Amino acid sequence: MELEFLELTELRKKLDNKELSSVELTKHFLSRIKNLDKDYNSFVTVTEEEALKNAKEADDFINSPGENPFLCGIPYASKDLFSTKGIRTTASSKILDQFKPAFDATVTKKLKEQKSVLLGKTNLDEFAHGSSTETSAYGPSKNPWDTSRIPGGSSGGSTAAVAAGLTPWATATETGGSIRQPASLCGLSGWKPTYGRVSRYGVIAMASSLDSPGAVANSVVDLAHLAEIMSGQDEKDSTTSPVPVPAYAKNLSADMSGIKIGVPKEYFVDGMEDGVKQRVMEAVKHYEKMGAKIQEVSLPNTKFGSLVYAIVCPSEVSSNLMRFDGIRYGHTTKDAKDLMEVYEKSRAEGFGDEAKRRILTGTYVLSAGYYDAYYKKAQKVRSLIINEFKDVFKQVDVLACPSSPNVAVKIGGAKDNPLFGYIADQLNIPGSLAGLPALSIPCGFGRPSDGETPSLDGLPVGLQIIGPQWGEQIVFNAGFAYQQETDWHLKHPGLA
Amino acid sequence: MKEYPKSTEYKPVIGFEIHIELKTKSKMFGTAANNPDEKQPNTNIDEIDTGQPGTLPVANKEAIRLSALVGLALNCQIDEFSKFDRKHYFYPDLPKGYQISQYDQPISKNGYLDIEVNGKTKRIGITRAHLEEDAGKNVHPDGLPYSLVDYNRAGAPLLEIVTEPDIESGEEARIFLQELRNIVRYLGASDANMEKGTMRCEPNISVRQPGETNLPKYKVEVKNINSFKFAESAINYEIPRHIEMLKEGKTPKQVTMGWNEKDSCTVEQRSKEEADGYRYMPEPDLPILQFTKEYLDNLRNIMPELPTQKRARFLEEYKLPAADVENLINWKELAFYFEDVVSEIDEWMTQEAGLDRNQMIKLAANWCLQDFSALLNQQLINPSDSVVTAENFSELIKLIVSGKISSSAAKQVFKVMYEKGGDPSNIVEDLGLTQVSDEGAIAEALDKVIAANEKAVADYKAGMQKSFGFLVGMAMKELKGKGNPQIINELLKKKLNNTD
Repeated sequence: MELEFLELTELRKKLDNKELSSVELTKHFLSRIKNLDKDYNSFVTVTEEEALKNAKEADDFINSPGENPFLCGIPYASKDLFSTKGIRTTASSKILDQFKPAFDATVTKKLKEQKSVLLGKTNLDEFAHGSSTETSAYGPSKNPWDTSRIPGGSSGGSTAAVAAGLTPWATATETGGSIRQPASLCGLSGWKPTYGRVSRYGVIAMASSLDSPGAVANSVVDLAHLAEIMSGQDEKDSTTSPVPVPAYAKNLSADMSGIKIGVPKEYFVDGMEDGVKQRVMEAVKHYEKMGAKIQEVSLPNTKFGSLVYAIVCPSEVSSNLMRFDGIRYGHTTKDAKDLMEVYEKSRAEGFGDEAKRRILTGTYVLSAGYYDAYYKKAQKVRSLIINEFKDVFKQVDVLACPSSPNVAVKIGGAKDNPLFGYIADQLNIPGSLAGLPALSIPCGFGRPSDGETPSLDGLPVGLQIIGPQWGEQIVFNAGFAYQQETDWHLKHPGLA
Repeated sequence: MKEYPKSTEYKPVIGFEIHIELKTKSKMFGTAANNPDEKQPNTNIDEIDTGQPGTLPVANKEAIRLSALVGLALNCQIDEFSKFDRKHYFYPDLPKGYQISQYDQPISKNGYLDIEVNGKTKRIGITRAHLEEDAGKNVHPDGLPYSLVDYNRAGAPLLEIVTEPDIESGEEARIFLQELRNIVRYLGASDANMEKGTMRCEPNISVRQPGETNLPKYKVEVKNINSFKFAESAINYEIPRHIEMLKEGKTPKQVTMGWNEKDSCTVEQRSKEEADGYRYMPEPDLPILQFTKEYLDNLRNIMPELPTQKRARFLEEYKLPAADVENLINWKELAFYFEDVVSEIDEWMTQEAGLDRNQMIKLAANWCLQDFSALLNQQLINPSDSVVTAENFSELIKLIVSGKISSSAAKQVFKVMYEKGGDPSNIVEDLGLTQVSDEGAIAEALDKVIAANEKAVADYKAGMQKSFGFLVGMAMKELKGKGNPQIINELLKKKLNNTD
């Protein structure tokens, strides 16, 4: 198999055996980025110089006696929302175009401590506002399975880069589907952690009560290893939990006998692509064959999820974006007559349309007189959704459903596609509001509803597995079991 | 809404918003130092205080503890749950574009503070006390076309205390503020220094029409007050202004005024903003605060003696005049020092017979409040910063009451003690200030004086009392200032009456 699609455990072995040096591996990916990324636009910044320096250091470490950290010398890419000290961090927004953070995000720091090699920063929807990367100030990323199509988003740069073999894995973040949906559209394994499992410190905030930093990779085994490294309580993030982090990778079990899998009927809706529905139901049947017990469950409050999100998310966004005022960092207007104009023009020039839309909505719903009617009521409904999940997890161990109602749409096609939006939100938003852990794993291919036949038999379809709070292990086990039996995760786009 | 008894007079209605900067090592939500004395701009800052993207707040446990302690001392209700909220507005000194504050679930609410006004107890209601972060400071360099921002203060823990509109005069306001300052100082919660800005107060002033039982429909906020005296003056300036307008049938405008120290008047600053624009929302980055019964019981157990209790004890136990007690209580460090001196006095009582405890305590209080205070105030330092130990202080008092040195000699000794430190009996010896109480020596000196000042003696006998003082002075001079004045007086009187 090609070096670029090897699992992390394979890379670890090769580095430990000195079959391969970190510098060689890093150069391999850097040259792929250089040659191929013009087609995918998955990187905003490539950190070639630092990467080679870090790879050399990792090699020195590997060549000295003692055990190597799991990620030592292994390259990765980071969604450009994770602060990287001294390295440009844009959130794909013009307002942070030349911004270099003075500190590392906790996740960045943990990966540095592992002696990982950062290849660069990946594209996203501006401030993660979107699910296609089309709101990026640096243009959309392209889906490596069909470059006329979106890679999904907001973590679309990360998924495009991994799917194209430009990096072995990448960091990503979720607020309402931003890992699961692009992982699904790019045929990757993506992990959305339990809220509070991975520190948000240094990850530029979108909606603070929902943001969950995670990862995309080529397999669930990779994700289990990454989860062990990225998780844990952080004294700098009060919303992280002291719940201990299990040895996810070591504990992986493919034994599905007696595992109860719930199939929520509200997650299979009209308008969903046939290919998606069929592949996901086939996957569910596969679990039954492996000994799992399948039962239909109902989550009737699902329909309120996107409504709650439509209030909570822009409220928090409007608040979190207040700090971009042109005073201390980021874009400052060049022609302000007074202080008010510094604010107005810097923000008008720096923010894209989607950010402005969310600021307007959020500002409106938080205004005096509307707060109780919108925000407060939304929080109450959110509690109902949380409790509904709690109840359903008394009956089943995990839930299985699609990650996205459709395969990748054409760039520019999202606007006219009704699936994009409401139905897509139904699948991802409730779990986000409840802060639950979830995976998206590839489960086959489906034909897009626009009828155009791309390469192969269609485009990747993602199976979503949702677990109870802190239930990462059972979610990983379910994903691992499936990947032991199937080879969908080993399929890669036919690249040039 | 509050209802008031009917009155035939114009009644001032005053409430306060008071901000107290809590004395913690680090800031409210970050790890940078919380040091109000830092002069170099933008040195006590980190990524959190400047609102860098991706940063998150972590609440300072000590600030929460101090807030709860102040709440308990102000007889407040502390609910089990409290939370932080975001208050949004744009201003360069506000790094995140929102202030983390508390909106609908403050740590403390529904309390009160009793104050003494002209011998009567008056209860001032405390509406709420909530915890928030301070902003930085905008600096406008003279004559330059830009402004600068200093974020040293940004993120400092701030306790905002809001009172009920129970205050009715400038005097009540001053006494209330003083007592509140004393409480937070006694708790070690804050330096509460009005001049330095670690305590800031803004009165909301209005006046009720005669017969009106509701709160007035307007209020005037006064800012830029940096002493208790100015608070009193600003209120005393505003009240007649309101009454005059009300008499003319007008309602004073709802505005924010600033106190102008130079002209002793208030000046309109800007029209009052509507509070609606802040778009409060719960702070999603911070968990809910929980105050368990155990936590609050622990605080109650460690609650130190508060000014009210100390005041009562000083009056009762030390029998000091009320004015002296007040002055001691108002200077926490001096009050504590004084008590150390009293302990040392008690030590002397066990060692030497014939000492009068009450007399010594009274004298110690005088010395604390006069000579010692004057010297400390010159240097703007506290008793504990001086080299005068309570032990040496009490010994000086003992030397005075036992007649070993005169009061004027004591002043010289104290000056040396203050400048160099040391045992007063050694200093007395070094300076040769031991008082002459030997009647023989004094009589000898008096004979000389009487012989040399025939005219003065004659004048005294003719009824001129002034001459007596002159002769005492001459005798003191003869004794090089060390004569015991009481004995000089007695003997001189005897001698003059016997020289017929």
